[in-house]
Order: sequence, then structure tokens, then C-alpha cells
Amino acid sequence: MLVTFYLNNTQVSYDVRPDEYLSHTLRSHGIKSVKVGCNESTCGSCTLLVDDKPVMSCSVLTASIEGKHVTTVEGIQEEAAKIAYHFAEEGADQCGFCNAGYALVVYALKREIKNPTEEQIIDYIVGNLCRCSGLQSQLNAIKAYLKEE
Amino acid sequence: MAVDKKKLKVVNNKTHSIDGQGLMQGRSYYTDDLAEQNSLVIKILRSPHAFAHIKSIDVSEAQKLNGVALVLTYKDVPHVSFSRAGQGYPEPSPHDKFILDEYVRYVGDEVAMVAAVDERVAEEALKLIKVEYEVLEPVLDFETAYENKSIIHPEDGIKEMFPIGFEPKKNVAAAYEMEVGDVEKELAKSDVIVDETFYSQAQAHAMLETHSSNARLDAHNRLVIYSSTQTPFHMRRIMATTLGLPVSKIRFIKPRVGGGFGGKQAFHGEMFCALTTLRTGKPSKLVYTREEVFGASYTRHPMRIRMRIGAMKDGRINAIDCRSLSDTGAYGEHSLTVFMIVGSKVLPLYNKVDAVKFGGQVVYTNHVPAGAYRGYGAIQGNYALEATIDILAEKLGMDPKVLREKNSMKEKETSPIFEIMGEGTKGTAMIMESCKLPYCIKRGAELIGWEKNWPRVKVSDTKVRGYGMAIAMQGSGIPFMDMGSCSIKLNDGGSYNVTVGATDIGQGSDTLIAQIVAEELQTSVDNILIYSSDTDLTPFDCGAYASSTTYISGNAAWKAAIKMRERLIKEAAEYLSEKPENVEFDGKIFTSKDKQVSLYDLSVQFLYNKNLHQVSITESYYGHVSPPPFMAAYAEVEVDLETGEYEVLNYVTVTDCGTTINPMLARGQVEGGIVQGLGMACFEDVKYDKKGNLLSNNFLGYHIPTHKEIHKLTSEFADSYEPTGPFGAKSVGEIGIDTPPAVICNAIYNATGVRVHNLPITPEKILKGLKELKK
Ligand code: FES
Ligand code: FES
Repeated sequence: MLVTFYLNNTQVSYDVRPDEYLSHTLRSHGIKSVKVGCNESTCGSCTLLVDDKPVMSCSVLTASIEGKHVTTVEGIQEEAAKIAYHFAEEGADQCGFCNAGYALVVYALKREIKNPTEEQIIDYIVGNLCRCSGLQSQLNAIKAYLKEE
Repeated sequence: MAVDKKKLKVVNNKTHSIDGQGLMQGRSYYTDDLAEQNSLVIKILRSPHAFAHIKSIDVSEAQKLNGVALVLTYKDVPHVSFSRAGQGYPEPSPHDKFILDEYVRYVGDEVAMVAAVDERVAEEALKLIKVEYEVLEPVLDFETAYENKSIIHPEDGIKEMFPIGFEPKKNVAAAYEMEVGDVEKELAKSDVIVDETFYSQAQAHAMLETHSSNARLDAHNRLVIYSSTQTPFHMRRIMATTLGLPVSKIRFIKPRVGGGFGGKQAFHGEMFCALTTLRTGKPSKLVYTREEVFGASYTRHPMRIRMRIGAMKDGRINAIDCRSLSDTGAYGEHSLTVFMIVGSKVLPLYNKVDAVKFGGQVVYTNHVPAGAYRGYGAIQGNYALEATIDILAEKLGMDPKVLREKNSMKEKETSPIFEIMGEGTKGTAMIMESCKLPYCIKRGAELIGWEKNWPRVKVSDTKVRGYGMAIAMQGSGIPFMDMGSCSIKLNDGGSYNVTVGATDIGQGSDTLIAQIVAEELQTSVDNILIYSSDTDLTPFDCGAYASSTTYISGNAAWKAAIKMRERLIKEAAEYLSEKPENVEFDGKIFTSKDKQVSLYDLSVQFLYNKNLHQVSITESYYGHVSPPPFMAAYAEVEVDLETGEYEVLNYVTVTDCGTTINPMLARGQVEGGIVQGLGMACFEDVKYDKKGNLLSNNFLGYHIPTHKEIHKLTSEFADSYEPTGPFGAKSVGEIGIDTPPAVICNAIYNATGVRVHNLPITPEKILKGLKELKK
């Protein structure tokens, strides 16, 4: 079936199977920034924004996003660079596999909640697993980014 | 040649990782990002039985399915035993695995392989394979494995490469014994003896990128494999031998790796990709599912460790006896070497003993195989030793910190264990040229408020804070075995290509090698163009394991940079018609008295105008010693006495890893290790049902630490300089993981009086202990 949606503000139409998931569709169309760490909505590495809300794209049927706006990290390159700066400042970046997903979820958090408490931040990002970092450094980096004007 | 750390401009200075931004921005950089678009997709049929013999296997229906390109069973693959461990040559692990075999030895073991046009067809084809199994009685309790009537490896054609105690007919993969002095005699003389047994579990690596590989033939008909591996050069060698190909026909490329922690030292899907591409001529790929990573790759070796320690009333430790039993699961990867580390990188901490003994067996069971995992035996040994030290301190009526200070390793001291025990072979004698452990203990105690808080602070009637500590050591590569190398090439304009075999798996080795070269050549990191781990294009490196990269590969890079500097000065002297000893180089300009030439001009001249030639250098390095990093760790844990639930409020570490080449990345290594160690200490648990089915095979069933559980980490480094390390550095990749099981165990005991002897330390176990105490 043909599904038409906006990928980083550009209209695209992909021919997909009805039971195909968004992470798969995008990766098979060369958008490899979408990382798949579990394929069962338990790790957050495939995080994307659908109409500005973070979703785990491995559990979103591509057929369900007809007409919607999908943002991958390609759509927020500048913000991703800023987040990367804070990760580097805190020594929070390691293997990087979780990072594109983090960039999207942190960016969405900044837009959704103004001046979040630490608890709100943690609740928002807790589904994004990271096995490499000490997590505290990530949290500090995220806080520093959220403080940016 | 000791370097003045204060003069360093790049090394030991804050430097952002060179690829962090690109990765955050989502660049295609990992193995599966680089698979050919039309790759055949490989899927593996896995055993539903813990132990079985394949009586018959019929793949005809699967082969007929439209879109299936290749189906392989044990009848179709070379019958050559090998070890997937991914180690140097000859491997200290038994060759006890076939690519596919007529026996399956754990639920998840490989039965057959399908390659098809896409995942859907491949999965459909798996269902069409008809297998008749003769189900055998599995061994699911490692304490009953030895001489069990079920023999897990009854087959012919398996072997050890040199004596490692391999006795497959007794279910023994490896065995080891050593003794210094007479332990029984010293124990008999001791005023106090403690005798404690601890169990540790099969922790899962749970790296976020699942095991991935892909293959294609290049224009020269050579096999080119991308793999998320820690050991590309070992992979090439082992694959060539096992598939009967010349090494020259294979190229392994390690792109960005999404976490390894030891799990990616070994072979996972690479042989299947190679066979598929060689037999079909088409590109292929195999990406493990999360369930496969949990259930069909590797775990940490579960162990039972019995510690007997004897001491005098004044707190002098006389003797340590450590008996261990390790469960290697279905295959013996890293069986001997992980086992030996339980002794060799743990027991030397208390080097003043008159006698020390270590030994036991590594047995086969029908569980998921165990393999290399960060800490590599040291974390298991540390849990048993450091918990027992606390028990001993209590018996002696001493502060456990004081007991440790009195008996632990100091600078310029040694332990006879270093010479006796290596990695599967004899070890190497060494003196601790750098050991700031006494400082680490002292400073950590200040940071946690030990004097004031230990052993416990009552918060309320139901809440208590307990304080615990432990010390640890690791190594820095394997002396005389691990080699790293580095090539530096001068480009026009004065930038340098640096190619290294060193394997960046997320720990940041590309960044810190660039820093080392930049420091020596007095340039900036962005002038260093680093490319790593490609068996065709980079010089050799043993790979990322045994905490070797900073020390071994870093030393190779430093050596190469020093040579490059000398070479450049010589070239400039010739150009200026001066003597090299009169030429100075500040990273940009060569000066001799009144004459000058810039690196920029010189580099352009050599390529286009005058005395045309390429300036390049290759150097390699192997260790003659393996200087251990040291750590003291403390935790503050708050326990709810009604529920047994607890939180780790603060985890303090002070680490001696010599010079921190990149202070932020070093902290990342320490803290990342601590968090993984806390997972193992507190809740990560591998569970099987009675038939050997793995129950904890996803992130819901196997919980890893998240932002919810990790509170405060306080990480400091001791001012230390290792004379044999690059700019004074030692390793830091593994040491962080070693302490949490013992520290948490000790803190929980101090809070509650409950001593948990088996990991993870769960609220249920604490509550059960509290109930027993009340009786
Ligand atoms: S890949 Fe989607 S949540 Fe893990
Ligand atoms: S950096 Fe490796 S998973 Fe987060």
C-alpha cells in the first residue's frame, strides 16, 4: 500500500506492506539514522517524532502515519549538534548507538515542557536505554542543553 | 622518560570525542548501516532443546520456497572445530565448536541457516525445515556437571591448542591450580579464619547494537566483511583457518561498534555471512535480534567461589585460599582465561600473605555459553574476596578500611602471583611502578564520610543508611602477547593520516590515539585524520580486550609519533642544509638559527617540487608488563527495613589509572563500568526454566540500569604516572565494573546485618535475611 507522509517536512510516498513498521520502512529507504536496538519497543534507540511527539518507531505501523509529520535526527541537525556539544562537555558520549534517539527525545522534551524538574526529565527519557555511559553524565548534559536559550 | 604533565596541551586536557557530534547527528556509521542494499538476509534456526542430537533434518521444502537462496545444515559446512572466542594464536580456549553440528547443546544453539531475499521469506523458510531430535538429558546445574553421566561434548575432532586441563568426557573445559607457600600450614597458624562461599550470576552484556555482520565480494573476488567486532584481525585469521581460505582472500572492516564490553570479541554471525556470500556470490547480512543477543550469544561466566582467609589478631593476613567453579555453558570460550583472572587480577591486592592458593574447574553445562565480559573474572573474584575481607574485619573487630590499608598493595611492591599466572599461560613478574591505592582508599573515605558514617546511620525507624567499601585492580593488556601498531603519514598541508588496528568500540580509542599523536607532534586533534581497524588498510592490532587499548595501542601511537617527529626534523635539516641537532620544531615551523621552513611548505615540496617522496612511519608495541590500574570504591545505600528495598544514594570511586589521556572519556569509562557493575550487583538476573529455556530474553525480563536507579556517582582520579605507559597512562576500561557487587554487599550488611552470598542482591533476599535475623 502507498503511504504518504512528511519526512522532515518533505512529502514522501512509500509503498509498504500493511504490517510494516516505520523503523523498517525508513531504514530500507536509506535513512539509517534510525537505530534498531531491540525491535520490540523496549530500548528507545529507534525514537522518532511523529507530529512532534517522541515514539518508538519499531512499534509504529507505517500505514498509521498517513499525512503525519515524521522527524528523524536529520530534521534537527543543529539541535543535535548542540546536544552533542553538551554530551561531549560531560563525557557522556560513548558508542553513540543510543544518541540519535536521545537527541530526538531531548529536543521534544525541550519543546514540550518548559523548565522541567529533574523528575520530569527522567520520566521523559527513561525509555531511552544507554548501556555505555554512567547515565549521570547524560543527565547533566541534558540539563545543560535544556538551560540553553 | 617521565613527561611533565603540566606541560601537556592535548593529552590530559579536555578534548571532545572526535566523532560524538556526527554520531548524535545520525551518520551512517555502524555495521548494518553499511550493508549492501540488496543483501540476502540470513536467519538461523535455533534449537528448542537444551541438549539433543539431530536424528534427521530435511530442508527440501525450505529450499523450494520462492526467494530462498541458500540453506545450510551441518552436512553442508566444513567440519573443522574452532573457538569463537576471538583470541590470539594459539587460543587458550578449547576448539569445541563447529559452524553447525549434529548436536545442539543449549536452547538457542544453531541448527541450520537460511539466506533469502528478505527477512520475511527467511523466517518462512525456517518454519519449513523439518528436524527430528533425539532429546538428551541436559546438565542445568553447574555444581553437578563434573563427571555427570550426560556428556555435553562426546564428539570427536575437538581439541585444546595447548594444555589447559580440557577433559570433555568429564564435562571439564579447563582447569587450573597454583599455590605459593603452604596455605594449609599458614591457615592453621592463623588466629582467625573465615570461610565463605559466594555465587555470581550470568550477567548479559546488553550492548545496544545487536551483533551484526555483512559480506560481499569485491572486484578482485575477495570476501569483504563488515562486522561489529572487537577483534577484526583475529576474526580474519580464525575465519581463514576454519573455512580453509587463504588469509589474503578475506578483508575484515570494523566500522563504528555500538558497544561491546567483551561480547563482541567473539564470532557471532560472521561465518554464516561468509559462507552465504562465497556460495551464492551475493552480498549477505545477519543482524541478531535482541532475543538472540540474550539467548544465543554470550553471558558472563556464573561462578561459585569459596574464600578462606587466615589472619593474626593484629590484622595481618597470612593466607588466602580461593577455590572456584565456573560455568562456561555449552562451549568453552574464554573458559580458562576468565577463570585465571579470578585469581591473578584479584588476589595480588593482598600481597603480604605468606601463602596463597587458587584453583578449580571450568565446567560445561547446557546453558547459553559464557565468554568475555568486561571485568573478565575480576568482578566475580572481587565480590568473593572483598566481601570476605569485610567479614574478616568484623571477626577481628577492625575497621575494614584499616584492614585493607594494612594488607593491600603499595607502590614499588609486587606479588609472586604476577610471575605465576598469566592469561592461560605463565605470567610476567613486575613491580608496581605506579600504585596510588593508599591515596585512593584515603580520599574515597573522605568523600563518603567514612569516619563519621561507617557502618550505618539510622534515618528513621524503618530506614537505615549503610556504608560499604572495596578495593580493586585490573591489568593493562597481556604482556608479550598483545601487540598494537600505528602508521603515520604526512599529507601536503601538514595534516597526518594515522591508521591503527586499535578497535574503537565506543570507549573512545580513536579520540585518545589522536590526542597522543597530536600531543607529540605539537598539533591539534583535528589535524590528525584517524582511521582504525580495517585488516587491509591499517596495521595489526590484537583488538579491544584485556584493557589493552590505551596502554598497548596508545604506546604504539606514541612511539610512532616520536619517530615521526625525529624523521621530520631530519627531513627539515636536510632541506635547510643544517644538522638535525640544530633544528627545532614547534609543530608548525622548523627553525635553525636564522633559517626557517614551515611544515606546510615542506610537506608540499615533498609531494610536488623537490626531493619527491612520501614521509611515513610505522611502529608497533607490546607490553613487557601489565601495570594494573587500582581503585577504591565506597557506597552509601539506604535500605527500607520493611520491604528490603534499597537505593544507592552515592557511589564514590577514586581511581589510579596513571595519566588520564582524556579525562572526560576516562570518567565515562569508570562510571559506565560502575553502572554495569551496579546492575549486576543489584538486579540484573539471568533466569532459566527447568528445561533450560532462557526466561530473561528481553529488556523487560532483563532489567538494566536506567536514569531511575542511578543517583549520584562521585568519581575522582589519583595523581599518578605509570613510567611504561603513553604519557604515563594505564588502562581504565574494565576497572570500574569490578567493585559494585562487593561494595553493595558490604553496605547492605552494614545497614541490615544481612549478608547476601548470591547475586543479585535483591530486596527479597534482604527481607528473607531480616526475617531470619529476627528468629
Ligand atoms: S528498537 Fe525500537 S525501542 Fe528498541
Ligand atoms: S553510548 Fe552506547 S548505548 Fe549509549
